Parts: sequence; structure tokens; C-alpha cells
Amino acid sequence: MYRVVASEDLAPNVHLLKVEAPTVARKIQPGQFVIVMVDEKGERIPLTISDWDESEGIITIVFLEVGMTTYKLAQLKPGAHIFSLVGPLGLPTRIEKFGTVICAGGCYGIGAILPVVRALKKVGNEVISIIEARSKFLLFWEEPLRQASDKLIVTTGDGSYGRKGWVNDVIKGMLEQGQRIERVFARGCPFMMMLCSEATRLYGVNTIVSLSPIMVDGTGMCGCCRVSVGGETKFACVDGPDFEGHKVDWDLLMKRQRAYLEEEKKSLELWETDALRNQSE
Amino acid sequence: MSEKIKINLNRVPMPKQEVAVRRRNFNEVALGYREQQAVEEASRCIQCKKPNCITGCPVGVNIPEFIRAVREGDMPEAVRIIKSTNSLPAITGRVCPQETQCEMVCALNKKGAPIAVGRLERYVADWERSHPEIEERQKKRVTFNGKKVAIVGSGPAGLTCAADLAKLGYEVTIFEALHVAGGVLMYGIPEFRLPKDVVQAEVDYVKSLGVEIKLDHVIGKIATVDELLQNGYDAVFLSPGAGAPMFLNIPGENLSGIYSANEFLTRTNLMKAYRFPEYDTPIKVGRNVAVIGGGNVAMDASRCALRLGAEGVHLIYRRSEVEMPARAEERENAKEEGVIFKLLTNPSRFIEDESGKVKAVECYEMELGEPDESGRRRPIQKPGTEFTMPVDTVIVALGTSPNPIIPSTTKGLEVTKWGTVKADEDNGRTSKGRVWCGGDMATGAATVISAMGAGKRAAADINTYFEG
Repeated sequence: MYRVVASEDLAPNVHLLKVEAPTVARKIQPGQFVIVMVDEKGERIPLTISDWDESEGIITIVFLEVGMTTYKLAQLKPGAHIFSLVGPLGLPTRIEKFGTVICAGGCYGIGAILPVVRALKKVGNEVISIIEARSKFLLFWEEPLRQASDKLIVTTGDGSYGRKGWVNDVIKGMLEQGQRIERVFARGCPFMMMLCSEATRLYGVNTIVSLSPIMVDGTGMCGCCRVSVGGETKFACVDGPDFEGHKVDWDLLMKRQRAYLEEEKKSLELWETDALRNQSE
Repeated sequence: MSEKIKINLNRVPMPKQEVAVRRRNFNEVALGYREQQAVEEASRCIQCKKPNCITGCPVGVNIPEFIRAVREGDMPEAVRIIKSTNSLPAITGRVCPQETQCEMVCALNKKGAPIAVGRLERYVADWERSHPEIEERQKKRVTFNGKKVAIVGSGPAGLTCAADLAKLGYEVTIFEALHVAGGVLMYGIPEFRLPKDVVQAEVDYVKSLGVEIKLDHVIGKIATVDELLQNGYDAVFLSPGAGAPMFLNIPGENLSGIYSANEFLTRTNLMKAYRFPEYDTPIKVGRNVAVIGGGNVAMDASRCALRLGAEGVHLIYRRSEVEMPARAEERENAKEEGVIFKLLTNPSRFIEDESGKVKAVECYEMELGEPDESGRRRPIQKPGTEFTMPVDTVIVALGTSPNPIIPSTTKGLEVTKWGTVKADEDNGRTSKGRVWCGGDMATGAATVISAMGAGKRAAADINTYFEG
């Protein structure tokens, strides 16, 4: 069992948990993830690690509340326990000195990009971070990202804060103006990462995306997370989660992501009914 | 021998759940002997002077001795005899292929009625589980000999190795990647063949010997094999299991609705998707299911699909039934329950509906040519015979290839061209000092009992290595 030490809403539907997991905190590297099971009857889901403190033995997870498992996780209060947490899983993001790089984050990816930004900066890259949200009230972690990066650009879909538009618009604009970018790292929903990859394709800028399809074991045993990259089948859990965005079959990824929509809805409805009943008792 | 032995060829059948009932539930199919049936079956054993059955057993259970104890009604003694060499009898009594091991070499098999060793072993193990006070009495405390062993994986090889080493005085820690111990016994073999409370009772027995099991630990990620050796472990036994599922490499294989058998069985057994939505993990079965493959895992997947509500389950196999690797008993169970065998048939592509889900599989008819390297006749596609079958779910059960996590993170550990770890068959030694390996990681996919045999041999060799 893994004790929750902090629980916080960062933005509507975006939640942060700090969990005691000393062995994981000692080993984790940027880009890796954990598989979490909230309780004994829970699902196993992958969550990217957004921060960690080795000396305190604590890891930080930032996630989007999208279904029953993530709703249950978000309700955990400090002192509560997570039934199972295994990691670090997946290959770490390849960190080396590339030159000027862009780190793009959207949604929960604003959290997930932070360790990548820090690691790239540490080895001497010029890091331009760009984060997006539909509107100002959905933004978070602006300060830590500003501190960790050489430059931070914030963009909102409705123009309520920073620039108006999306991360891919900013990247495209920079490339159109002839700015030299060696590499782009994108973290967020598949649609956002696809658009980032499309923005850089024409300019041949290598774009590294982090895929988190549906997983079960997370150790290469079940093949549920298979993705098609450059025409080859890869397992995101052991061959990834990082892949070259220009080679990813996004259509397939998004279709597989939707495989259990009906079941997810059913679970959630039942859970909500139960939760309401418990409240009224 | 002057005394004339009266030979009884009436093998006592084991009661089973009725087909019509069992094909829709996950309860155990085989119900086990009652005491009277066990004693009756045990009485058929002619107690050979030179018993072949013991050598036919990969873990060397003293079969005639335990059977004699059963015949005499001395169950605690039967338990003691079995457990002195086999730490997991409730499991092996259920899932061993006895017909190719102890029962095949039984003297009575010449007359076609070998002693039902597996059923008797199961009876004894189940008797013990319902008499916990006996186990307590039999447990001997051994003193710690000062050596620590790390075991990677808590499947049959790991549990057996751990139990044997613990009995010899070693301090043993098992590192398990999943959230529950048991490996394939929990995620792979379905509840209706091997109830999970039976597995957990055997795991508890291994723990009661002093073995520590650390769950949620993926070796190669949270710690490398070298780190284990540097951080206080004197030896490491690798038994991480088979690993990565193989696919057909044909168009459409990544469509939604196409599962590897590993995923399908893991969702069903480990995550208990058959009890969705009580358990959160879903599974999709639909009306028509195609299972591709001809091994025991394909049989398990087919029978799970029926129990999950499929109307029609077709097992697609490219050779004929003679070449099928699945046990005869499993094939019979599957057929009885309504699985339809589509033999000499091979899929060529999967066809999707508008939402990206599989809706049909295109297949070819096959014929058999000359034998190939495996000794089985090579299947050849018959031109112009393609046809399509409507399917809602496809389960690909073609076997597994070794998981690369450990070989890729362990310096000096040699692997074969198939990616399995090179290990001495007799003692499990690898190319790396103080590292042993056994089970599917060393042999490729095999049986529970052969993995247990490997665990046992490695434990003995680890002891020889340290004790001289």
C-alpha cells in the first residue's frame, strides 16, 4: 500500500497527488510512468510521473479526471492508501544536448513535461517551454515551468491569457519565422501531440511524443498498448512511451483509446449512484 | 514374485460440473474425489518394486508411497510425502499433464488404465487445505544459514525454488511485478481450471516457510540484477516467465477487439473482468469470437470467451487436430462446452467496421505438406479458398517470446537467438556468476510442472554452490 501525502486540484478536472513510494522515487527518470490500481477491484492504469523527491521518497502524479479510476484517485485524501503502484516503467526520455528545443505541454502534459524540461536544461539545452489550455482558468504550474525553462510561452484557445491559439500554432509560427529548433518534446492528449507533430513535419524537426494507450500489466506482457510506429507494431509500455511523432499512426491510437467507452460509462454511472447513496446514508 | 496381484482396471472417474451449467460459469469444472473415491483409486496401485512414475515426475514425487498412505487413510502422511518434494500439490494435481508424465509410465497404462495420480494428488492437497491444523504440526523451523537469495517472479518456478531454499535455511525474497503473487497461475490459467484461492493458499504456504514476497517490483526497472547482487543477495534466480505475446503480422491486427491471449486472460483472470462492473476492468466479447492457435492457452481463452457470454466460439488452427499441442483433456473439455474447431484454416487479414473495430476475419483453407523442423507437417495455403467469418472479438494465442527487460539490463547474461536466457538444463546456471534461471524464460513457453522442476533443480544447485 502506498500512502497519499498530498492531494490537490490544479485546475478543473486536473488533479495532483503526492504519494509515498521511496524505491520508485530513487529510480525514476524523466519520461517514465507508473501503473496504479486504486483499490483491490480497480483497473491498472498508466500515469506519467511529473515530479519526485528522492530524499523524501515521494512521487508526484498529475492527471486528468476522465473516468472512474481517475475520479476515485482524485478523491483520495492525504493519509489514504493506493492499493498498488508499480514503476518506474517504460524507457526514459532520451536526454542529451541538442541545442534549442521546445517542450510543449497541454492538459495533464503541463505536469508531465516539467521533469523533461529540467533534465534538458541541466545538460545545456536552450529550452523553450510552451503550454496551452482552452482558457486561463485551466492553466497551472506556470511558475515552476518558467523557472525551469529559458523561456515560457503560454497560449490559450480563447485568448484569455497569453497568446491566442494552441501550442501547435506557436510552434508553426516559430518555424515559419526561421527559428532553428533541434527537437520538440510534446506531452498531452493524443490530439495535441498529433497537431504538434503535424506542425513540425514539413520542417523535419524531430518531435518526440509520449504515448499512453490503454495498458494492463505495463511490462510488455499483454500487448494491449500496441501502437503502430513507422509501420511497425510497438508496445508503448516497453518500447516507449516516447516515439517519433511523425511516424505514429494517430488514427489507430485514438481508435484503440476509445475501445471501452461504453464500459467506462457504465462503471462511472454505477459508481456515481453508489457515491450518492453513500452520501445520503 | 509368486503372489498373484489382482489388477483392477476400473479407473475411478472424477466428478465434473455438468456441461450445460459449467459453460456459463467460472466455477471449477473438475470437482475432485471424495475420500471413498480416493481410497478406491489408490487401492488400484500395484506398488511396483521399481516404480517408473517417480522418474516420470519432473519434481520426483514419491508417488507409490503417498498413494499407499491414501489407501491406508493416513492423509497427514500422504501430505508429508508429497510436500517433501512438491510444495504446490494443489496446483500440480490440477494442471499437470499427467498423461505424458507419471501416468504415461505407470505399469497399468499398458492396460490403458493408469492410476489417476493427478486426481489423488489433488485430493491430498485439498484435504490438507481443509485441515489447517495438520500443516501447523508438520512445519519445522529451520535456522537461517546466513545466505540471501533473490528470486525474480512468483510463478511456479519461483515459488518452488523459494520453498526449497527456505526449507534449507536460506533467506529468500521473491520480487513480483504484478500486484498479486502467483504469476501465470493467477493471470493465465482460468479460475475454472485452477481456482485462485487454491493458488493463494499455496502462496501462503510458501510464505509460511519464511519467504518474503515483494509485490509491484519489476526487476530490471526498480533494481537491476547486478544491484541485487551488490545489495546483499548472494544469489539470484530468474524466473520472470514467458513475456511478450506473439502476433500473426497480418493486416488489421491492431484493430480494437483483437486481443493477445495474454491480455484476454489477464483481464479475465487476474483483473476479474468476468465480474465487471463489480471489478473495474472491462472486457469485450460480443457474439462471435475467433481464437487463433492450438495450444492449451487457446483452449483456455476459448472456454473463457464462452463463459463471458459469446454465442459462438471458433478455434482457428492451421494444422489438423493431430498436430495440436493442446492436451487431449483440454480439447475434449473445449469441444464439449461448444467450442467449434476450424482446422486447416489460417487467417490472412482482419476487416474493420467504421469505428475501427474488427468485424470480420478473412481466412484461407490449408493443407498439410512435408514435416518441418518441428516434426509436424507444414501447413500450406490452398489458393482461391479464402472466405470471411464475421467476428466481434479475436484472441490471438500463438505463444510468447521472452520479455527483454531482464536480458537488456543485465550485463554478462547470455541469451539464445530466440531471446531466452542460456541456462544449464540440469542446474539452471547461466553465463553470469551467482545467477540462475529457469522456467519459460529459459525454455520458452512450457508447462507449470516443468517450470517447477527447473526451480527445484536450481534450488539444489544453489545449495551445492554455497554448501559445497
